[in-house]
Amino acid sequence: MTKTAIYKKYLFYILSTIIVVIWLVPFVIAVLTSFKTMDEISFGANWFRLPKKWSLEGYITAWKNAHIYTYYLNTFFIAAVSTIGALFLSSLGAYALSWYDFKLRKPILITFVAGMLIPFQMLLIPVYKFSVNTGLYDTYPGLILFHVAFQLGFCTFFLRNFMVTIPKSIFEAAKIDGANDFKIYYSIMLPLIKPAIAALGILEFTWIWNDYLWALILIQSDTKKPITLGLTTLQGQWVTSWNVIAAASILAAIVPIIVFLMFQKYFIQGLTMGSVKG
Amino acid sequence: MKKKWWIPYAFLALPLAMYLIWVIIPIFQTVIISFTDWDSVSPSYNFIGLENYKMLFYDYYFLTSLLNNIKWMVGFVIVAIPIGLGIAMLMDQKFKGNKFFKTMMYLPMTLSFVVIGEIWTWILEPNHGVINEFLRGIGLGNLAKPWLSDPNLVTYALIFAALWRQISYAMVLFLAGLQSVPTEQIEAAYVDGANSWQRFWYVILPALRPAMVIAITVNVIDSLRAFDIVFVITRGGPFYSSSVMANYMYIESFNNYNMGYGAAIAVIQFFITLGFIIWYLINSFKKEDNL
Repeated sequence: MTKTAIYKKYLFYILSTIIVVIWLVPFVIAVLTSFKTMDEISFGANWFRLPKKWSLEGYITAWKNAHIYTYYLNTFFIAAVSTIGALFLSSLGAYALSWYDFKLRKPILITFVAGMLIPFQMLLIPVYKFSVNTGLYDTYPGLILFHVAFQLGFCTFFLRNFMVTIPKSIFEAAKIDGANDFKIYYSIMLPLIKPAIAALGILEFTWIWNDYLWALILIQSDTKKPITLGLTTLQGQWVTSWNVIAAASILAAIVPIIVFLMFQKYFIQGLTMGSVKG
Repeated sequence: MKKKWWIPYAFLALPLAMYLIWVIIPIFQTVIISFTDWDSVSPSYNFIGLENYKMLFYDYYFLTSLLNNIKWMVGFVIVAIPIGLGIAMLMDQKFKGNKFFKTMMYLPMTLSFVVIGEIWTWILEPNHGVINEFLRGIGLGNLAKPWLSDPNLVTYALIFAALWRQISYAMVLFLAGLQSVPTEQIEAAYVDGANSWQRFWYVILPALRPAMVIAITVNVIDSLRAFDIVFVITRGGPFYSSSVMANYMYIESFNNYNMGYGAAIAVIQFFITLGFIIWYLINSFKKEDNL
């Protein structure tokens, strides 16, 4: 190794370490705070000091007294069902848009793309009104159906872009062999686009898990709130119990973080393949 | 094939119907509502033409929100992009363990703005917040400020908190873009005696053009639709000083029941965003003619 290469190596490690440490400060503070007792926090807030005694008080209070448990189950249910729904429906749409040649193909594709870029504020009032009028307001199906519909633009565009890269000859051959259209979709197209489905699914799950605005608009009952909404409710009640808020925040963040760490490759792939979304 | 013209439509029926109901039709409804004085409660309402839009021009809170969105945009574009690019350049070096560093840098991307808001609420808290405690600790106590209650500082404090995630995002986009920089060209430039700055300026940066377009679009659009983090940390306060358009729209529509007025704010926001959307579409679909 030349002298410059060694310097470069040191420089890389030093700079990277400094940046990463700065980057993680907010997160580390939240973790440390979540394990402290309120006595320790109010006695003197030395944020960077390790807890004198690692206490689970914050977590226990958040989980039991502050209903994080209920919010958790709600979020799991809403995010999982919405993600599956959006993936399934968009794969149908993308399939039609990728290899059939029909009159309205272009306008329909443009509709999906345009809708995906529209700012969400354009939908708030009519969607709220629609939910109230149809009785979907403050129900799980109301929020889930909306999430599915709202994500369709992006998901369809994303999957269609992936599907058009698959050679048409594969489908034509299957067609000649007598496979019907649904069978081609189900047993040829879907297996071929598995990596795209995985990338998209992870991204969608994380996004829907992290949604706040639409839950705020469409959900009212405390028993149906997802964790993001629950967390802000909590903030009002436990405003001085920073360990409880910190623990609840960590609990809200832990699932997307685990999903990300496990499927990092797909997460980044999805993010960069479809970077612009509304 | 001719007999079965309806097959693609059969595949599209359900997704398209849902998309029309929850996304496309509401867009038009919002435009219509913006011309009315609807209050969301009474069954009847009047068409009042452009009255809502005229009022917006005299509405101090709306103008504050608009100006704050511009601050967000400038902050996101001139801070997140260069820093994101810089960190991406560093992380792109081939050293043992750089995957670990990258993973740690990606982390804020996975958090919701609600969690980010909760965390930054105490970081920015005036009495015991981390920033002020830190400033006092290193003897710069006079720089400690009431970040969230000073109308002149609060927006910058919120942008600072949001940049934590936004820089990570820009870095991800540039790291992906750096994959497509041809290494032969860099080596050729190196052989020709180009120094690292020249290599960056004349070889790497031009190759990053598509990533740059995406990064600018993402940052502009994200800055224009900022909502969660403002709502969680300050609700737009004190006295609307940290309000952004999305926030003001929400408050007018759902707290003050001025749905017509809220819709008009949304439409203005949409038109501002539209310019950037068109710019992005032109840039990204230049090559793709099958859309």
